[in-house]
Amino acid sequence: MASIWQYANPRKFMETTDKVLPALTVLAAAVVVVGLVWGFFFTPDDYKQGSTVKIIFIHVPAAIMATGAWFMMLAASLIWLIRRHHVSALAARAAAPVGMTFTLIGLFTGAIWGQPMWGTWWEWDPRLTSFLVLFLFYIGYIALWEAIENPDAAADLTSVLCLVGSVFAFLSRYAVYFWNQGLHQGSSISMDKEEHLADAYSNPLWVCLIGFGLLFVVLVLGRTRTEIRARRIKALEARERMA
Amino acid sequence: MVLRVSDLACARGGVPVLEGVSFELTPGQALFLRGPNGIGKTTLLRTVAGLQPALAGQVEAAPDAIAYAAHADGLKATLSVCENLTFWSQIFGGPGIEGALDAFNLRDLADRQAQNLSAGQKRRLGLARLLVTGRPVWMLDEPTVSLDRASVTLFAEAVQAHLANGGAALIATHIDLGFDAAVLDLSPFKARPETAVDHFDEAFL
Amino acid sequence: MIALLKRDLALAVRAGGGFGLGLAFFLIVTILVPFGVGPDSGVLEIIAPGILWVGALLACLLSLDRIFALDFEDGSLDLLATAPIPLEGVVAMKAVAHWLTTGLPLVLAAPVLGTLLHLPLPAYVWLMASLAIGTPALSMIGAFGAALTVGLKRGGLLLSLLVLPLYVPTLIFGAETVKRGAEGLATGTPALMLAGITLASCALLPFAAAGALRVNLR
Repeated sequence: MASIWQYANPRKFMETTDKVLPALTVLAAAVVVVGLVWGFFFTPDDYKQGSTVKIIFIHVPAAIMATGAWFMMLAASLIWLIRRHHVSALAARAAAPVGMTFTLIGLFTGAIWGQPMWGTWWEWDPRLTSFLVLFLFYIGYIALWEAIENPDAAADLTSVLCLVGSVFAFLSRYAVYFWNQGLHQGSSISMDKEEHLADAYSNPLWVCLIGFGLLFVVLVLGRTRTEIRARRIKALEARERMA
Repeated sequence: MVLRVSDLACARGGVPVLEGVSFELTPGQALFLRGPNGIGKTTLLRTVAGLQPALAGQVEAAPDAIAYAAHADGLKATLSVCENLTFWSQIFGGPGIEGALDAFNLRDLADRQAQNLSAGQKRRLGLARLLVTGRPVWMLDEPTVSLDRASVTLFAEAVQAHLANGGAALIATHIDLGFDAAVLDLSPFKARPETAVDHFDEAFL
Repeated sequence: MIALLKRDLALAVRAGGGFGLGLAFFLIVTILVPFGVGPDSGVLEIIAPGILWVGALLACLLSLDRIFALDFEDGSLDLLATAPIPLEGVVAMKAVAHWLTTGLPLVLAAPVLGTLLHLPLPAYVWLMASLAIGTPALSMIGAFGAALTVGLKRGGLLLSLLVLPLYVPTLIFGAETVKRGAEGLATGTPALMLAGITLASCALLPFAAAGALRVNLR
């Protein structure tokens, strides 16, 4: 019967994504371009921040995708541990570098924005710090995948790491908020601008968010296809050695 | 029947090596596993011991029935012979170490640290560990490596005494231990790549 | 399981067991810091809680890869996995042994090193208390990391990479406890959070670590 789990079959996954991916890629590119062009060229300058404010059209979607990617990896890891669908494990593996790159983009655009606004490239603000910690978790996760040769063992161990890491990442986030307020309270940096965001900014921002979301899906699907192929090559090589 | 293996398939490093292996062990019975290097004797033993999952088939044994002895002896260099044996006896809740010391002629070495034993003496200590587990099914992976002729005889006697007490043994070995037992040649059970399900799904067993 | 604990302690204190290495490392790190930042007691006083906690954390990290690697190499881990005691219990006992040989000496040595760094007087009791509460979590988290990397060839470096991010909350709450103690502020919240992390780690991580060990043994 038609069930979402049928797409967990590698062959079915390959067939489906083969058809869907090109269209999805075009759509993602179109939405991102529309969102960014709208955001960069057809919005007014902020009366206080000038044109620097426009970096939110990259910064905010990238930051949201960075955490979203980790949640997706968590879900995929759970699916692998419980139902043992290989596509799920490989999708988690595929999402990690994408998530890490979004984290880096978030950190860099934040620094570029922070320099003119706050007069500093880096501030140990809780939100910035928890992103840095998230980046460390991505590095560890990817390094563990790379280090283990047996693919199933690698999938198991990285899934366990992802579960435990999620708990500790959440704890770190809480700890970091506690830590900075404890140190120098009254930090002038507050980033809850979404709440004060005028419609002129929020509409293109939503388009950018959808575009980055699609971009993430496209990248993860494409990379999962690569991982599946790499896995097949490994199996074929192993068979060559056996014969 | 203390151990029944039916239609077992096992993999090493994700690659199937053996398939369709079936055998039974009854109390008092020993079985020798034979086959060329790389056929998967160690993999089979580890699968039967429950250290790795089987690809297919079943292993039926009473819980806590199997004592496994690998290539590595699990000895600590800075502990004495006595301490090493006592530790494993406590962990497995088995009988005292006196019988094991006598059976493998280790009494004179009892207080010597494992790092000061010769390779053969270490091996004897590793095998003596089986006696202190108090478990009925022994699974041995090349147990006679680095043993001299006298020690091999000692080992063969220990196995026979174990069998006489209603135990069983599964032994992967190339040499003749000097007592009769059934032999299972693993060569015919080599996994054939063609039978591996389907060309695409092969990577995702 | 007590037999396992006794054996691990015996192995640690005998020749080549590495007992005391972590402590010596802690000492050296703490002594090196003033060379780096200068002898100004005003500066040292401020950074002392952080330095002592980071030093303790690194000293803990140093001996983590021995928790399972030696038993893996000599085959003991295979035998323990087929033994009647649960693998979760093995993990817990190993972590306890690691704490007794690494964490506990750090707790006892910390006041001496605090003196070297001009730690303010009211902070001493919180330094020892926070290390006593927090280092068990370091050992337990470390045992989990060691279980993940036990079969790997260059597992040591990877182990640090995996474990250090997991240490972040423990470090923050631990150092914060001492810092607040030094300033005479209320230390209840960070100390309780620290205790919470330790208790939760000890309750849950043995299962995750045992799962990882089973994967690495097959």
